[in-house]
Amino acid sequence: MSIVNQFLLLVRITRSQHIARRYFVVNGFDGALTMLGLLMGFYVSDSVSLPVIISVCLGAAIALGMSGMTSAYISEAAEKKLELRSLEEAMIADLRESAHGQAARLMPFLIAMINGLAPFAIALIIIFPLALAHWQPQLIAKPLETATFVAFLIIFLLGVFLGRITDSFWLWSGLRTLIVALITTLLIYSFSSI
Amino acid sequence: MVKVKRLVLDVLKPHQPNGLDFACTLAEKCLDCHFKFSVLEVDEQTETIILVVEGEDIRFDIISETINAMGATVHSIDEIEVIGSHATPES
Repeated sequence: MSIVNQFLLLVRITRSQHIARRYFVVNGFDGALTMLGLLMGFYVSDSVSLPVIISVCLGAAIALGMSGMTSAYISEAAEKKLELRSLEEAMIADLRESAHGQAARLMPFLIAMINGLAPFAIALIIIFPLALAHWQPQLIAKPLETATFVAFLIIFLLGVFLGRITDSFWLWSGLRTLIVALITTLLIYSFSSI
Repeated sequence: MVKVKRLVLDVLKPHQPNGLDFACTLAEKCLDCHFKFSVLEVDEQTETIILVVEGEDIRFDIISETINAMGATVHSIDEIEVIGSHATPES
């Protein structure tokens, strides 16, 4: 059996594709919404320089990535260990060297990578217009507004992706996540004006 | 020389990998064999299956190793068909 087939078998026996997809959406949404919150905060404060905004957003992106990676690894490793022990009791056998044992060791790592990289990558995409405006100011006239638009777009696309998974109407699903983003924006505005 | 032509195995396996993955993985390891997979009993976490293997020269060690690698165990060998011949294996 090729390495790819063996890997796909491990993913199937642990049903990790569903867990990874869920983590991708949940933590990706976290990343996008955090970036949106930061951008709105900078927008209402009105006098923050672009390098400061980029540094703060990048710092938050790295922290989100690390937090996602470590938290998912710790929880998934414990879950998979427990599942393996329960299966070993049912089978009355040592399964450490079987596909289940390999999956229990490998899958938490894979899920942790997805959980960490999803918010990090999404945050980087949102930060990209800011970085571009910093390096080439003539390219983007309003970097903060452009990055905010990218954040809204990604949040909408995550909703569309969720809609496709659940086989519901993509536009409604996208609009639903967009409404969440709009409520967040309104909340930031109201708190900032106090 | 003795060749194993048919085996009926009583196997206890976890629900995952499912029957299709299980049988396909076995078929990949034992290319000239014909496998028939039947579920006998289903429990909360395991299922008992009857695995019928037919072939010209079945290698039980490979089959048993592959079954174990998928987290399953051979409970018993219920039927065996072997054939003996004067022919010696080619070196």
